[in-house]
Amino acid sequence: MSMIHKTATEMAQALADKSITAVDLTKQHLDRIAAVDGDVHAFLHVDTEGALAQAAESDAKRAAGETRSALEGIPLALKDVLTQKGVPTTCGSKMLEGWRPPYDSTVVSKLKNAGVVILGKTNMDEFAMGSSTENSAYGPTHNPWALDRIPGGSGGGSAAALAAFEAPLAIGTDTGGSIRQPAAVTGTVGVKPTYGGVSRFGLVAFSSSLDQAGPCARTVIDTALLHEAIAGYDERDSTSINAPVPNVVAAAKRQEVKGMKIGVIKELMGDGFQKGVLDSFKQSLDLLQEQGAEIVEVSCPSFDYGIAAYYLIAPSEASSNLARFDSMRYGIRVGDDGQRGAEEVMSATREVGFGKEVKRRIILGTYALSSGYYDAYYGSAQKVRTLIKRDFESAFNLADVLVSPSTPTTAFKIGERANDPLAMYLADITTIPVNMAGIGGMSLPSGLSADDGLPVGFQIMSPAMQDDRMYRVGGTLEAALNDKLGKPIWAQAPELAVK
Amino acid sequence: MAAISREEVAHLARLSRIEMTPDELDHLASEMQLILGAVARVQEVAAADIPPTSHALPMTNVFREDVTKPSLSPEDALSGAPAREEDRFKVPQILGDAE
Amino acid sequence: MALNYDQAVAKYEPTLGLEVHVELNTNSKMFCSCSTVFGAEPNTQTCPVCLGMPGALPVVNAKAIESSILIGLALNCSIAPYSRFARKNYFYPDMPKNFQTSQYDEPICVDGYLDVEIETDEGPQTFRVDIERVHMEEDTGKSLHVGGATGRIHGAEYSLLDYNRAGIPLVEIVTRIVPGTGKYAPAVARAYVTELRDILRSLGVSDVKMEQGSLRCDANVSLAPIGSGKLGTRSETKNVNSLRSVERAVAGEIVRQANRLEAGERIVQETRHFLEESGETRPGRSKETAEDYRYFPEPDLVPVAPDAKWIEELRATLPEKPSTRRKRLQEAWGVSDNEMASMVNAELLDTVEATIALGAEPARARGWWLGEISRLANEKEVHPNSLITAEQVAEVIALIANGELTDKLARGVVEGVIAGEGSPREVIDKRGLKVVSDDGALMTAIEAAIAAQPDTAERIRGGNIPAAGALIGAVMKATGGQADAAKVRELLLKHLGQG
Repeated sequence: MSMIHKTATEMAQALADKSITAVDLTKQHLDRIAAVDGDVHAFLHVDTEGALAQAAESDAKRAAGETRSALEGIPLALKDVLTQKGVPTTCGSKMLEGWRPPYDSTVVSKLKNAGVVILGKTNMDEFAMGSSTENSAYGPTHNPWALDRIPGGSGGGSAAALAAFEAPLAIGTDTGGSIRQPAAVTGTVGVKPTYGGVSRFGLVAFSSSLDQAGPCARTVIDTALLHEAIAGYDERDSTSINAPVPNVVAAAKRQEVKGMKIGVIKELMGDGFQKGVLDSFKQSLDLLQEQGAEIVEVSCPSFDYGIAAYYLIAPSEASSNLARFDSMRYGIRVGDDGQRGAEEVMSATREVGFGKEVKRRIILGTYALSSGYYDAYYGSAQKVRTLIKRDFESAFNLADVLVSPSTPTTAFKIGERANDPLAMYLADITTIPVNMAGIGGMSLPSGLSADDGLPVGFQIMSPAMQDDRMYRVGGTLEAALNDKLGKPIWAQAPELAVK
Repeated sequence: MAAISREEVAHLARLSRIEMTPDELDHLASEMQLILGAVARVQEVAAADIPPTSHALPMTNVFREDVTKPSLSPEDALSGAPAREEDRFKVPQILGDAE
Repeated sequence: MALNYDQAVAKYEPTLGLEVHVELNTNSKMFCSCSTVFGAEPNTQTCPVCLGMPGALPVVNAKAIESSILIGLALNCSIAPYSRFARKNYFYPDMPKNFQTSQYDEPICVDGYLDVEIETDEGPQTFRVDIERVHMEEDTGKSLHVGGATGRIHGAEYSLLDYNRAGIPLVEIVTRIVPGTGKYAPAVARAYVTELRDILRSLGVSDVKMEQGSLRCDANVSLAPIGSGKLGTRSETKNVNSLRSVERAVAGEIVRQANRLEAGERIVQETRHFLEESGETRPGRSKETAEDYRYFPEPDLVPVAPDAKWIEELRATLPEKPSTRRKRLQEAWGVSDNEMASMVNAELLDTVEATIALGAEPARARGWWLGEISRLANEKEVHPNSLITAEQVAEVIALIANGELTDKLARGVVEGVIAGEGSPREVIDKRGLKVVSDDGALMTAIEAAIAAQPDTAERIRGGNIPAAGALIGAVMKATGGQADAAKVRELLLKHLGQG
């Protein structure tokens, strides 16, 4: 019986009941990928051999009574920005075409230790820079809800894999919304944990002070299970939080919000937001209120400067983080004809290896850090960051969690904003402040937009180190929506043509 | 807002070691103009008395003990090298001086 | 008519600035746990972190922090209550990340000083060298250039990189400008680096071997016409690999700059390289425009805030300053400045002190080390310490003191130890070098000598004491030099009625 439309929790039960083996479960997903990924293009690399070997090991462990975690044997799609030893890791870039890392990221080590089966690496905007996955050097991913639309970015591949039932779990990374915005436009769940909650060791850096890896799934509880599997202190990451992982699974299961104050951020609901998105958001607020929460309005004026600050800080850090790609030690090398020196070969390689958006941001970042401009640009942006933190602090004095639509619109068409960087950047207006302050943020499905039938995401934000709060509210909203609609939103995705 | 010239972009491309075509430089100059125009507004609120934030969560003194752990084998270290000679990375001739 | 040094300093006032890089002797690297052992096979001491691989993250070595603080305290610096790492961005193949993790505007130690004493025409004079900062950074890999002639690009030319050294902790010590040294600038520079080296050695934080690169010096020199009150443009000279080179490089730059100024040419602010053979400097092969390092706070590391208690604990472990120790020893031994200087210059102070600590009489200890042993060492072109130990020398001196050896015999013993024949006692046995002090044996020899020279013996009986020399000589010859000459004289004179 095909299990691909089940949740990870249901699959785990089936494995425990022995109604299916991990190998068969993996095969079902590999078959699904083969059947639909030609259209969706969520995956850059499918590790058939590796996945089946992991699945076989999982079955062996289970038979020996040694299940390693609640997710033993569950298949997962991994965003191609995390290193996995011996498996191609491209970060969606030509620069790393063919590169097989000699080491596992901490996230991958933890997944392997938990018995999770890694199916393959998913597509993404090049080096995590983008909001649509159109910046991938290997072609865009298509939103399973409407193949002519973007799946969000930069982690469109992971979100699409979930929505297309190619995997029940996925890992994404989020610097300015790259987990939450794709989750929103694909009708799935994605969480950016508190900064430092998940190790960045092995996460190819885009903007170091903002990057965070996070769990993605179709349900809040599945996401929570994955969160607990990958989070935790790592001595190899100096910015890792040295404290126990919050009990997010327990929080997700509570399904009640009585007495909680939910703060609606005034500045994240305004112009440019699609009507269908705002309507769906308000309906979800009403649902939460029915569940016993109190809705309050809060104001965070500095959020108006969030995009501007983000598009200074992130490119600046990126310009430095991407300097290592110089063709000397790994990655492609171009123009080495024996006649040209190292600098020329470096420059020729970087010209060809990096795509437009990446080059744009490197130039922008280099400028913002240059002598004479540092104070006006990077320096000022870091001050806006302080203001954003302060606004969150004040807001969290008035509410237990803060909410907003996850992104202003539903999935736009592929190509629609590709030539308008500023328009593209606006997709992150709601998600960026969360990264700037380092707090936790979740997007879960809120409903389908009345104007185009496409998924809308509801964003929940919780204070730093209190990730459990967003799971509590998210779990409650999800249950309430399932009751109201009769079936989960992700189950309403249109059938994909099967090859 | 100061205009950013094609020359400045060319300088930035050199600083970033990216060999851009003249076309690219032209396009980039106008895009940069646009983007900088949009992001410059951070200066509006960046008052002198506001401290900058470079780390999301305040942490200090994260150290490790001075003990050695196994390194990568040279095979692994060089596994991605575009060119190698025995156990060294082979790179095109380095012309400038080290810092 | 080119100016020579004396002429140059008669017209121009030099201003000095010195930057010294110290390679710390920690077991592991600055930001990763790779070994730092010198001389390992290429790329056997590397990992994703020090290779700058995508996804790798740094973690600070606690011992490096401790060493840096010790250095700062020994140099009378204030330890910053809050200091940060920063990225220094520039491209060079020996730098895996194409940025160096260093410190910028928040170094760990600031505002110290070091007093150095030099010999001037007016006697010893002390110069205070103000220290602006001490900060931490990491070393680069090593490149080997292979192929055709330098300066030209031909088919076969390329470079080979070994990253074993990349990431080894470096501490940079930067002086403020040192004015008012006049013609003594080269001597002050040398004295500063020497004293600094001795302090670092006494702290045990580095093996400070200039020839191996664990202590590197860059000298900044500028000239201005005497009495002008202005500061000239400075040049920076690198590749100064010995104390003597420091002195020569500064002198060479003074001469070069003076001649340029005389010719009406301006001094270019540039980096130059010191050439050992000629003592001259040549310009570096660098870019025309100054590099913009685009410093910004290192997002992957958190600030260092050493608490006052820890700093005081470290301060309590500071060893006696080398200059204080030298003064103390000089007083204790009652030796002249010249004798002190001889020991210091020959790098034998520690050894002499150790020998004396083992009971040797100070003058004897000095005499042996600076005399016979140094002579033999110079012949073999090695340092005296590699020929014989303080223990062995102390033993020999003790044997002289108790009469078992004469000075002459002792020389033979020392020669034997150096030749590897064993310990002093073993050499004495093997070579039969013991003093003949048995009165019976001596009398036999004395009587034989008297019998062979009866006239001489008569003259001695008659009161001609100096004549005893001939008979003593005969006895010495007969005993192969192993008789105690003083004893022979005593017995002889007594025997002949003159004792």
